[in-house]
Amino acid sequence: MQRRKFIGKAALVSLASIIGADIVYGSKMVENYIPLALQDPDPFKLFNKDKEMVVLNDKPWNMEAQAHLLDDKITPNKFVFVRNNGLIPEDIDVKNWTLDFDGESVQQKKTYTLEELKSKFKHYTYQLTLECGGNGRSEFDPPAKGNQWTIGAVYCASWTGVRLRDVLEDVGIKDDAVYFGYHAADLHLSRDPSKEPISRGAPMAKAMQDETLLAFKMNGEDIPLAHGYPLRVIAGGWPASVSGKWLQRISIRNIVHDGTKMTGTAYRVPCKPVAPGAKVADEDMCIIESMPVKSLITYPKSGAIISKGKKLNIRGHAWAGELEVVKMEYSIDFGATWKVCKLDKPANRLAWQHFSAAIDFPKEGYYEVWAKATDANGVSQPMLLPGWNPKGYLNNACHRIAVKIA
Amino acid sequence: MKNPNHEKLRKDFGGVYKVVIIAFASIAVLSIGVIYLMTNPEFSFYENTDSDSETVAVPTEEDDFDKVENGIHVRTGFIEAPGMIETVQNCTNCHSAKLVMQNRMNKERWKSTIKWMQDTQNLWDLGENEDIIIDYLVTNYPPKKKGRREVLADIDWYELKD
Repeated sequence: MQRRKFIGKAALVSLASIIGADIVYGSKMVENYIPLALQDPDPFKLFNKDKEMVVLNDKPWNMEAQAHLLDDKITPNKFVFVRNNGLIPEDIDVKNWTLDFDGESVQQKKTYTLEELKSKFKHYTYQLTLECGGNGRSEFDPPAKGNQWTIGAVYCASWTGVRLRDVLEDVGIKDDAVYFGYHAADLHLSRDPSKEPISRGAPMAKAMQDETLLAFKMNGEDIPLAHGYPLRVIAGGWPASVSGKWLQRISIRNIVHDGTKMTGTAYRVPCKPVAPGAKVADEDMCIIESMPVKSLITYPKSGAIISKGKKLNIRGHAWAGELEVVKMEYSIDFGATWKVCKLDKPANRLAWQHFSAAIDFPKEGYYEVWAKATDANGVSQPMLLPGWNPKGYLNNACHRIAVKIA
Repeated sequence: MKNPNHEKLRKDFGGVYKVVIIAFASIAVLSIGVIYLMTNPEFSFYENTDSDSETVAVPTEEDDFDKVENGIHVRTGFIEAPGMIETVQNCTNCHSAKLVMQNRMNKERWKSTIKWMQDTQNLWDLGENEDIIIDYLVTNYPPKKKGRREVLADIDWYELKD
């Protein structure tokens, strides 16, 4: 099994050093890329993640942060959640990596090498919030199917790349273009090469936004393997699954893209609200676009005990999909009263915003600090779970931490 | 009676024999070498010329695939109960057991999930194992009532200094 494969590759390496022949690995190996099979099976080392990250699934790899790990303004890789639908590509030949454009609505098919993309188009860097559509799924009742994310499938990194719009203008797009869909190098769990683990996309209006990138750097460095090395789409504010990793091909469609996980219950919610546990027909499901308003208290970690008379400084981040967050509040009495937090403007559109507050507690005891963000349309986070949906998407209920005054 | 043709045949045969024996011997020597390498993957004629050697590690745990400890199947983490082996054999080939255990569903929803996996994910026909597996899952991993919002649990209390 895994172990046998391991020994096989290990022997290959030794053998190669004896016969002096070039093998796929060794000195020819691309910088920053180590074949997965040769790596330490410890997922924290494998993906350079912090030990406090929580593994939800090891095949495919899915790992989330905890609220207090997301305290940085720009999330470092070690705290970035890992969400895979398939198997991470095993061989990445970055020197020969290409991106193809095809589909009904391209004027002609076109292929760019990675180098061409980097040299031909202007580079842009933005801080962009990516949240898994299923972040918060674990709270739904009846339970929703899939990885049971709690609160840690969100982050805001700094992404560098070229604008998808600039490249599309170079490719030439027909007037009937409706949607873009990506195709990537990851493998289906069944290893059936005719199946794509995931192939999603977004309407052309999202493709044409300034901040929608074909990115090759995260936080100033090559994108880590688990996050899409060497090239990925970044569509901030939308379910992170729109931001396809290991990008090889983009199809410009004259229909809504119908790739894997664009249909059925995947990344779709009932068009009209339904009762918890209801069965919803396929035709009554609508694709998730912008993510809802949400926030996270990243300091202190839940469970803080402070002495009476001391102020508690809290801080965190708030985001609202396509929109800006305009108000941030906290409550220490389960929503009976709310007080306003200091809220920063975003570094750029679609970046999460930082908030802080200094809290006085009236007397000793057990408290919960609840945080509530309000977006530019005046829509706030609910304190209870929002509408149930079959796959448990879009849980933006208020985050809270426990505090004791002793 | 000696037939010259037979004699020639025997000589030719002898020649072929030698070649075959030499070939087999070579294969045997090579195999021993390869086996040695497989069991000693760090072995190299050159000392530390290959930076890959540091990424090469051989896990030492034994291949005891169905070991159960304290009621838990060690390899997958499944609870030992009737139907566990069928579940391990049919439900951990493509994805991790962790994905199965995380999902708390009733019989009907497991049935439709299995059908979805068969329709789209190359899952095979489970035959009579289907009911065994579903019974195992709904018995050992039942859905839990959570209501509209749960009480904060497992709070790790600590003194906040700053």
